[in-house]
Amino acid sequence: MTAPSMVPEAHAIPAAKAGPRRLSRWWIVAVLVGVLLILSLLEVITGADDIASSGTIAATMIAIVPIMLAALGGLWSERAGIVNIGLEGMMILGTFGGAYFAYHYGPWVGVAGAMLMGALGGLIHATATVVFGVDHIISGVAVNIIALGAVQYLASLTFANYPGGGTTQSPKLDDVQTITIGPLRDALKDVEDKDVFFVSELAAMLGAMVWNLSLLVVLAFLLVGVTYYVLWKTSFGLRLRSCGESPVAAESLGVRVLRYKFIAVLVSGGLAGLAGGVLVLVASSNYRDGQTGGRGYIGLAAMIFGNWRPGGLIAGSGLFGYTETLGLRRGGESVHALLLAVALLGVALAVWQVRNGARITGAVMAGAGIAIGALYFAIEEVPGDFTRMTPYVTTLLVLAFASQRLRMPAADGMIYRKGSAG
Amino acid sequence: MVTSTASTASPDAPPGEIAVRLRGIGKRFPGVIANDDINIDVRRGTIHALVGENGAGKSTLMKILYGVQPPDSGTIEIDGEPVSLHSPADAISHGVGMVFQHFMLADNLTVLENVVLGAERRHGIGAAARREIERLSESYGVDVEPDRLVETMGVGARQRVEILKVLYRGARIVILDEPTAVLVPHEVDELFDNLRELKAEGISIIFISHKLDEVLAVADEITVIRRGTTVDTVNPEDVTARQLAELMVGSELPSPSTETSTVTDDVLLSIRDLGLDSADGRPLLEGIGFEIHRGEVLGIAGVEGNGQEELVEAIMGMRHGIHGTIRLGGRDLSSMSTRDRRASGVGYIPADRHRHGLLLEAPLWENRVLGHQFRPPSAKHGLIDKPGARQDTRRIIEEYDVRTPGPDVLASALSGGNQQKFIVGREMSSEPILLIASHPTRGVDVGAQAAIWDHIKRARREGLAVLLISADLDELIGLSDTIEVILRGRLVGTFDPAKVTPEELGSAMTGAGAAA
Amino acid sequence: MSPRVTRLVLGASVPVLALVAAFAITSLVLILAGDPVGDVWSQILTWPERRNLSNIIDNATVLYLSGLAVAIGFKMNLFNIGVDGQYRVAAFAAAVVAGEAWLPGYLNTVLAILVAIAVGAVWAGIAGALRATRGVSEVISTIMLNAIATGLVAYLLRKAAVREEGSNALNTKTIPEGSRIPNISIGEGAATEIYGFIFIAAAAGFGYWFLLNKTRFGFDLRATGRSATAAVASGINEKKMIIVAMLISGGAAGLVGLPIILGDSYHYGSTFQSGLGFAGIAIALLGRNHPIGIAFGALLFAFLDEQSNPLQILVGVSPDIVAITQGVIVLTVVITYELVRRYGVRLEQRRVAQVLADESVAPPPGSGPEHEEVKS
Repeated sequence: MTAPSMVPEAHAIPAAKAGPRRLSRWWIVAVLVGVLLILSLLEVITGADDIASSGTIAATMIAIVPIMLAALGGLWSERAGIVNIGLEGMMILGTFGGAYFAYHYGPWVGVAGAMLMGALGGLIHATATVVFGVDHIISGVAVNIIALGAVQYLASLTFANYPGGGTTQSPKLDDVQTITIGPLRDALKDVEDKDVFFVSELAAMLGAMVWNLSLLVVLAFLLVGVTYYVLWKTSFGLRLRSCGESPVAAESLGVRVLRYKFIAVLVSGGLAGLAGGVLVLVASSNYRDGQTGGRGYIGLAAMIFGNWRPGGLIAGSGLFGYTETLGLRRGGESVHALLLAVALLGVALAVWQVRNGARITGAVMAGAGIAIGALYFAIEEVPGDFTRMTPYVTTLLVLAFASQRLRMPAADGMIYRKGSAG
Repeated sequence: MVTSTASTASPDAPPGEIAVRLRGIGKRFPGVIANDDINIDVRRGTIHALVGENGAGKSTLMKILYGVQPPDSGTIEIDGEPVSLHSPADAISHGVGMVFQHFMLADNLTVLENVVLGAERRHGIGAAARREIERLSESYGVDVEPDRLVETMGVGARQRVEILKVLYRGARIVILDEPTAVLVPHEVDELFDNLRELKAEGISIIFISHKLDEVLAVADEITVIRRGTTVDTVNPEDVTARQLAELMVGSELPSPSTETSTVTDDVLLSIRDLGLDSADGRPLLEGIGFEIHRGEVLGIAGVEGNGQEELVEAIMGMRHGIHGTIRLGGRDLSSMSTRDRRASGVGYIPADRHRHGLLLEAPLWENRVLGHQFRPPSAKHGLIDKPGARQDTRRIIEEYDVRTPGPDVLASALSGGNQQKFIVGREMSSEPILLIASHPTRGVDVGAQAAIWDHIKRARREGLAVLLISADLDELIGLSDTIEVILRGRLVGTFDPAKVTPEELGSAMTGAGAAA
Repeated sequence: MSPRVTRLVLGASVPVLALVAAFAITSLVLILAGDPVGDVWSQILTWPERRNLSNIIDNATVLYLSGLAVAIGFKMNLFNIGVDGQYRVAAFAAAVVAGEAWLPGYLNTVLAILVAIAVGAVWAGIAGALRATRGVSEVISTIMLNAIATGLVAYLLRKAAVREEGSNALNTKTIPEGSRIPNISIGEGAATEIYGFIFIAAAAGFGYWFLLNKTRFGFDLRATGRSATAAVASGINEKKMIIVAMLISGGAAGLVGLPIILGDSYHYGSTFQSGLGFAGIAIALLGRNHPIGIAFGALLFAFLDEQSNPLQILVGVSPDIVAITQGVIVLTVVITYELVRRYGVRLEQRRVAQVLADESVAPPPGSGPEHEEVKS
């Protein structure tokens, strides 16, 4: 016989944590203004005058979009609890789909085709993870391998036989429409050329938005807003997010967890496919082998950097798109200028960490900041190879130093079987 | 032997006043009768407590009432109408809501989001829902902030969210499963105030608990369940905690060991002023100190969750942030790694054998090696000695009567009892100085249980020091030379098993009365 | 059947079933694309000629090492997706060192191999340290490190390279003749030689088996991979295990580029093959992390790659169809494994119950191994 006793607690009693600071609505604008300010300062100090020109900003916006869409795809999937490292493969499928359908039926059908192909990749991932319970990473790796092979195979079946195409590229494709507001653009260009501190940079930024702005870019940013609304303001979105936070709780309340996960991964594939479509239709004018260049992974990094929130992932994509653009334009000079900013940031963060009591982290940061500062003064220009590394190094640093503050969906990566709820 | 009595409480009240009537509920599982002829009347607008020991059948009964499982026999009437419940959705539609002991909340969502999840059709997920939650919060006195993230909330507040979840779905009958298990005293008071307000609004509450003092404080009626059947329904004013304890455990006294004492004067394990704080500053262990001599079994009695797991892990070196000293045979273990402690002569039979004691997907001989991979017969010069391990595994299988075809069988294929016998054999084979046995016969069949008890007695005879943690009074009284009671992380009483009564132990363990 | 034989049969059935499923799906794709299924398989499934055979064995050697590296990680439940970056950094470093020829003859070779192992280990160790100390997922960090490796090696190659006349390729200094690993002839002419490194690869496979199954360290590693909680309770230091496992995995990855460097091109160039890391993941899964299984997997993948090369010319089908097969294999292997495993567990439980029922005399009522007290 047993004494009066309790059923043992299967898990630790959750302790109340200090809540995250909820950022005000207009923080995006504030950040943008702040960044422009810093860039303006840098231009004055270092003389690197391409870091905030309208050309740079225009190129940045186009560079941001594929990364941002991939990150958005990752967001949908991971918010439902499925890790998706197959975004790269889905994007590759999208590049093919976009090129093929655009070639035959025009650019907007190409867009649809890109999303369709990406969603097909999502279908493979969803079936493997949700239906068969395959580990998410393995499934993602498999999707990447399959997608690469499939697209090369399909390209040889199709593009190789089209005039102007080959096994590794498609013929030239028609562009999606762009928006240009001529007079406004001219006026802003004037202000930009005057080289007034900060005002010129502001003009440059606004100018880039009214000249040759692709509709797809507009669509992409709209999709971010739509995502925010759907996931955070509708019951569908609430149920989807609950699957990624606590599928057990959701199931106990009658939510069809497996169904939501499946849908989320399909949407994820579609968005990654759209990213591929943007690559072939906007960022360049045809499909080329190897076009995605790892953007699927950068998108993942942007999502993590953005703490799994739409606003954050815009910031992350912005950072990575910007550094990618700099790398392509007068990269060495611009990134070199950025080094100074990073060095100062490192030192500032170090001080803040030490004040919070994290001595070792602070010391490491200070050391890094000083080293980077020394580097800035020692070299004239950052070699191209290193500027291209910027997104990856940044991600590693963010993960290494901030993983405690990052908040991924609680049940992300969990292999969930129906009926796991008590 | 159990004498079961039919309900002898007040005669059947008029049907209109009964919120839930259970008559003759029975449920069998293969080899086990979980519920047998359960009869309970829960009056509307009252708090009806259900008490019983571990394994008495309370959880099964509640699962039946919440529609998770159908009963094999008997009837359920809700508000006078017979019902047949096939799923929790059925139960909810009849106004039954259940607050589980383990909360089902998503940390990263707000209170509002957690409450409306799955029930968005009732009031949407925006302003209307918020208004409804605030209305419920007001009328029932269940205080919550709808826009607060659950992870920032303490346990008492989370429980209120769970209560609100059921109220939001229109529950008139609320079942609470061990609600005070995770609460500190002032949170318990808040909960009881809430329950009284719910009661005042006409909600009927079924309250499952082991904490007799609390049950007496808040319940209007108490039903005792023992070995699957209702023993009695009493009025808290007519009964004391000790009488309740007696009803729960029956009037038998387990017979203490009649062996001669093997306790010597040699102190093998010495613990002084051991303390451990949780991440948010709560003391999990405080000022723990005791000694175990050669040939002695020290039993730690206590309701689970009062620090036993932490104590064991502290001695094993599996916890950070421990202060105090742990000395084994004169050596200071406090700064040693788990591996070194084991090498110094600590054997460990863990409470959760699947998580801490075995590699389920590995064959038995590899499980023999587990925890002992640095010494023969499992290893020689840094290499695994497979023939040696297999041979020794066969020896353990023989000596400890582990029912298995051989040493190559996967651990997962053995029954719980055989797995446990194997673990006991393994840990004893390394000739430990100290044997820590944490709930050694939990989930184990009767035959294996007897065998394990014999082995522990043998260990005692051979001069080991044994630290025994258990919730089984039979086990504690039968095996221990001394019994210490742990409550909320402190040792609150020392007892002689030859003289103590179950009521005294029960009281000390639940804090119901002064220790004898 | 004894338990060991049953397990062997079940284990072997997995790759067979998986391959059949993968081939079926590939055939489906071919049909949908309108390509001649029969011709494709008859081209692929022919016994290769001598010179193809030597290519297959060479590529298999390289793939084998990649699979081993990934498998070490898998045994610890770690995903080392960074083999790609690790082997390139390591191969580059080894090529530079060997090219400098500070030591004579084969001593130079040994030094180069050691350098490769060390550099690969360090590159993976970064991810391991991040995981052990900061809890950063090694999946993301190794992917990032892959990309960083690309840039780093490209930069260093520019600094260290020697440009040959008349070519645009950037290569490191050519390795002197005395330090090269000779090839082994399996037929007539230079086209039928296989890398001498195959012996080292075989030794690596043996080392992998020995380390994991015979040493105490290997036991600790496998135990941590199976159940981290039980491992900690048994005295294993989990953090240390993570770091060491990644170091070993990276060290093995470092060997991947060496067969080519020491037996074929004798330098590291800007066109050095990449992508072997992902193939390694597929092969480790296919071979169920077993040294012999991985060997078969490597041979299979190399076979598929080689035999599909002439598909374009001979049958008019792109050889990339095989890449689809390889990717599908990854999925079918994992799914098949799970299904077979569940079946195997049920079989074993039934068998154990049967044996015990046969053995025991009629048990006293209420007791016996099948009837456990249900404690709620």
